[in-house]
Amino acid sequence: MITNFQVAYKNLLRKKVRSLLTIIGIALSAWVLVSLLGFNHGYETALNRDIDNMGFQLMIMAKGCPYEAATMMLKGGTGFRYMKGSVMEDIAKEPEVEKVTPILMQAVFDPNKGESGGIAGYFGVDPKSFVEMKTFLKFRQGHWFADENAYEAVMGYEAAELEQREVGDIILMPEKNIQFKVVGILNRTGTQDDGTIFVPLKTIQKIFKKEGEITTVGIKLRKDANSARLEAKLYNLPNVQVVSLAQVKETIMKLISTAKVMVLSIAIIAILIAMVGVINTILMSVHERFQEIGILKTIGAMPWDIFKLIWTETLILCSSGGILGIVLALILSRISDVVIRSILPYAPSGGLVLIDIKLALITFIAILCIGLLSGLYPAWKAGRIRPLEAIRNETGR
Amino acid sequence: MNANAVSLEAISLTKVYVRGSEEIKAVNDVSLRINKGDFISIIGPSGSGKTTLVNLLGCLENPTAGELSLGSKSIFGRAKYLSERDLTKIRRETFGYIFQNFYLIPTLTVMENVMLPLTFYRKPGTENETLRLLQLLGMDHRKDHLPAQISGGEMQRVAIARAMVNMPEILLADEPTGNLDTKRSAEIVHVLRELNRDVHLTVIMVTHNQELARQADRLFEMRDGLISELKGQDRSDRCLQPLSP
Repeated sequence: MITNFQVAYKNLLRKKVRSLLTIIGIALSAWVLVSLLGFNHGYETALNRDIDNMGFQLMIMAKGCPYEAATMMLKGGTGFRYMKGSVMEDIAKEPEVEKVTPILMQAVFDPNKGESGGIAGYFGVDPKSFVEMKTFLKFRQGHWFADENAYEAVMGYEAAELEQREVGDIILMPEKNIQFKVVGILNRTGTQDDGTIFVPLKTIQKIFKKEGEITTVGIKLRKDANSARLEAKLYNLPNVQVVSLAQVKETIMKLISTAKVMVLSIAIIAILIAMVGVINTILMSVHERFQEIGILKTIGAMPWDIFKLIWTETLILCSSGGILGIVLALILSRISDVVIRSILPYAPSGGLVLIDIKLALITFIAILCIGLLSGLYPAWKAGRIRPLEAIRNETGR
Repeated sequence: MNANAVSLEAISLTKVYVRGSEEIKAVNDVSLRINKGDFISIIGPSGSGKTTLVNLLGCLENPTAGELSLGSKSIFGRAKYLSERDLTKIRRETFGYIFQNFYLIPTLTVMENVMLPLTFYRKPGTENETLRLLQLLGMDHRKDHLPAQISGGEMQRVAIARAMVNMPEILLADEPTGNLDTKRSAEIVHVLRELNRDVHLTVIMVTHNQELARQADRLFEMRDGLISELKGQDRSDRCLQPLSP
């Protein structure tokens, strides 16, 4: 027996180009939709990963613009402000604090970086406390510094790749003409650590004549600690500002919401266009088959049978378009990633467009629902065709 | 089979169309009784109301007045108006239709076209009907062809098979040979005649062609919405030449 689906499928094959164009329209809107959902999911995941991988939940910085402070920590930057390292002792006394680690960020101009030179960032870290906080950092080669005054460097994965360094190589800090021996190269983490050069805190303090001074204190909180209460207390410390990474995340997400609204608008417009395309295609098909539908009724089809047939055609178009769009989105997610990255003010490291089975299913169901809605009117119209009118009227309608 | 059992009975069947302020009586007070296994032809000039009458008999539309019963079951009468849904239910239980333009689905094969009515409704006992009908109509060797790949006569044979697949009691044929040449027309009427004879199918055929009409057991003529049965000399006068199938 021939099924409703087979009849519907073969009907769509009559006008192959028209059906194909409609499927492409649906596929494009599915692509935009699943990429947008993937972006929403991926961006937040990447940002959370970046922040979690910092190893601490709060940062104390010398007073200045909080956005600058956040960006400085996330991307590295210049124009540092300094605070006394002794501030750490007060912070460590707080009951909510589990661990603290001092960091001194410094930047020098490297004439060999890029075409016209660039800024090279160095993170002075305390070998003991920093390593305790960043337990997830694993070595591809080598190990951390032998002692806190050593002229040794640990390079992030990308920094080492970029400069083609191996353990045992010597790197030169430009401007200061100081040599460091590479003692370790980290595995890829997918965070900004990949592009960082770590050196012992005391060494970098000595080189830049900043003994006793630091730019940042990283604070790891105890489990179930009241972060808000600690933040309130830390605000009382003189000449420092508190940056909660939860706040940083919130701020960045706010900045990014504009881009999200823009992409969402595009997705909605694309979906509406696809809906109109589907309605048009199916209505035209019903119009062309006016007589044929009438004949189907004379051979036993009830209005509901015709409704189902036309609806099935809509569903075939939408499900094919939906699947094609999702597959396209999966294949081209790297390109979507690059495009989105180019228009955003700040993008965390790692994949920004994260499409998983759940998102693909949600998109597919959404496209099917849109298809069902789009098919309602043409299917209802076809179901109402009276056989006699169809037979009498060659051109019908 | 009881040869005199009533298949279809119309009493004072009337259909009036209103066009602007003008009322057109397409079928005017028509009464006729068709027995099971009858093969009847309805002839008449264009606009005489033959197609409208067949549409009423085939429950494709409601009459303006009059009664229609199928066997002992009353369909129309006493101002009863049936919805499209009710009409469809009656049609698929009782009637098969063939038309001048065949109306086969171009993307479905011959076999699929014949099976199409079963997608919507299947009477018990029709499981093997499709292939049996195609064999009966000499179309089994063409079952995988598309309509565009077969001749007009073959298309009408497929349309007949499609009309017969749910084993209807009555086959309505509205100008079934209108698009065919003389040879193919004779073949189609021959097929209808065989079905009528072999499976005791009641056939109601509308045609312009008086030679073909002569093949029927009973011959009716319609003029200006009125019907009269032609018998004896009247029938011979209308159908002068014999027909070779």
